[in-house]
Amino acid sequence: MSKTMEPDLHEPSAGIPRPSAQKEWKHPSDHWMRGFILDNRAALGTLAVFIVMMAVFMIANPTVFTTWYLYRSVLTTLPVALFVVVPLVFVVTCGEIDLSFPATMGFASWVFALVVQAGYDPFLGIAAALVTGMLLGFLVGSLVVYGGLSSLIATLGMNFLLRGLIQIINEGKSMALTSLSDSWAYTIFSSQLLGIPVQIFWAIGFVVLSAMLYNRHRFGAQVRVVGDNPDSAQQMGIDVKRVRVKVFVFVGIGAAIAGTFSVMINFTWWPTAGDGYLLPVLASVFVGGTPTWGGIGTVVGGAIGAVTVSFIQTGVVAAGLSGFYVQFFNGLIIILSLLGHKWNQARYR
Amino acid sequence: MAERLIELRDISKSYGQVYALGGVNLSVDRGEVVGLLGDNGAGKSTLIKILSGVVKPTSGEILVRGKPVTGWSAARSREAGIETVFQDRALAVQQTIVRNIFMGRELTGFLGFLRVNKEIEEASRLMREIGFTSKVFTPQSIVGQLSGGERQGVAIARAIYKQAELIVLDEPTTALSLTETAKVFHFVRQVRASGRSILFIGHNIHHVFDIADRFVVLDRGKVALTTDRSEVKSAEDLINFMEEVAHPGGLAGLHDAGDAEQRAR
Ligand SMILES: Nc1ncnc2c1ncn2[C@@H]1O[C@H](COP(=O)(O)OP(=O)(O)OP(=O)(O)O)[C@@H](O)[C@H]1O
Ligand SMILES: [Mg+2]
Repeated sequence: MSKTMEPDLHEPSAGIPRPSAQKEWKHPSDHWMRGFILDNRAALGTLAVFIVMMAVFMIANPTVFTTWYLYRSVLTTLPVALFVVVPLVFVVTCGEIDLSFPATMGFASWVFALVVQAGYDPFLGIAAALVTGMLLGFLVGSLVVYGGLSSLIATLGMNFLLRGLIQIINEGKSMALTSLSDSWAYTIFSSQLLGIPVQIFWAIGFVVLSAMLYNRHRFGAQVRVVGDNPDSAQQMGIDVKRVRVKVFVFVGIGAAIAGTFSVMINFTWWPTAGDGYLLPVLASVFVGGTPTWGGIGTVVGGAIGAVTVSFIQTGVVAAGLSGFYVQFFNGLIIILSLLGHKWNQARYR
Repeated sequence: MAERLIELRDISKSYGQVYALGGVNLSVDRGEVVGLLGDNGAGKSTLIKILSGVVKPTSGEILVRGKPVTGWSAARSREAGIETVFQDRALAVQQTIVRNIFMGRELTGFLGFLRVNKEIEEASRLMREIGFTSKVFTPQSIVGQLSGGERQGVAIARAIYKQAELIVLDEPTTALSLTETAKVFHFVRQVRASGRSILFIGHNIHHVFDIADRFVVLDRGKVALTTDRSEVKSAEDLINFMEEVAHPGGLAGLHDAGDAEQRAR
């Protein structure tokens, strides 16, 4: 082969001085703003949807939407959703789905309620709930991953199975936990700080930590790669099954926290605890801009999606429309967001 | 005497009824370039997937530096210093170039958090090294936006990142232009010069003849020929041999068989 056909591999660095060559590589765009927008377009799109929606509500009923009361009630219930929306972003990115989290919420919070009712410290109850959530997540994940089952169907089945178990054992009876109100755990996790429900601070912390886990941690990187191309991930030595089981365990942990928080809001555990969260939480993930096909997603977008979804219900009623409009608006926002994300996000193959 | 880096002994692999490999022996010494040849479907990719731990052999033994290994896996083979550019490139196309280069080998610091800046730095160094200096693409570009050849560049960059002892290249030059192909061969020579080894799969026998020290020809899951370069006079010899293996009696025989088949109908 002739010499001309063999370009010296070190040539490029010889011609251009290194620092300037390095500079060329530094950032994809001429301006950091553009780079930021490109990197976060899904989350920003969701934010835009939220802002437009709130503007519409405010125009419809300015008085209600400028009162703090409305926001306080949203800030109390929103955290519960956030604790499951965020782990679900990981699951969906990984190319799976988990529909069993409502039952896990119910189950873990049941364990919490049992421990508290037996007279132990609520902190012990929280620890027990977390362990329960982890174990259930591991069980569901193992069933899907090692059993080679479709996560859509298998987790749906597990949701029914676990909920059924709760119902059979409790025969529909709830548990009142009045002793909670003067416990340390309540003050730390469920009271108010400067008039703001303290849950939201914990939830924000959880979102920030999870976003770092997703974008800046080995776990998140492997979740994305596995969801993108599991064969490649395996060829590069990633334990694909282990990563998949881990995301289900993460959902279990999130569901346990969510369930415990919801019990602490009401001082009561119901055998149906968590049931109502299935559809709003799933909607939040996709409204947030995480696509269904795996490989990419956004934790912050999911969180904004959760805020959007939880404001729809409150907003529709507060705007003076009858409750009959809630489902209609839910659907409208979901469809509009999906259309927006489709236009906003290219799918690479 | 060069050290025996890796040895596959009596490897068989069947996919259900399909026998992809039936008792194959293959070894690579330190500092050696081995050319693996064979027709489509001969079992070349299957063999190197077994070598890189991605596919489990039905039977057979793998020895690394003379020691038999158990529980061989993709992670283990990478730890042992084997890097592979797979035929399908093994890229995650929705991820950035950086994420692909460090796939399964993330640079982490505190509590497993990524050393993002270090990764970007290393990735751009690598890309410069393989002459991947387009201004449009950066380490943070999405692989799905790259052309076929550029994607191949990412896969090769990943394989050379850790000064691997054995680099396996499964048809690395398909989809590459003439200059890019030349770069790959130049790189192969560099690796050999630095005392490391390469297992090269290619369909262009002239190319393989140019760079390999030893040739192994696979035919329908069996080794049909193992020969040192010194024993083969020219690429034509090799081509003739491979034709002979594939169609005993020459291509004329193939035509005869076709005719016979037609007559039988
Ligand atoms: N996952 C699989 N399932 C079933 N059969 C397979 C599988 N992978 C490979 N095979 C079969 O094994 C045989 C060898 O395939 P292999 O990919 O190793 O060929 P190759 O020599 O790399 O061919 P090529 O030059 O076309 O890449 C083929 O007959 C193929 O059909
Ligand atoms: Mg092949």
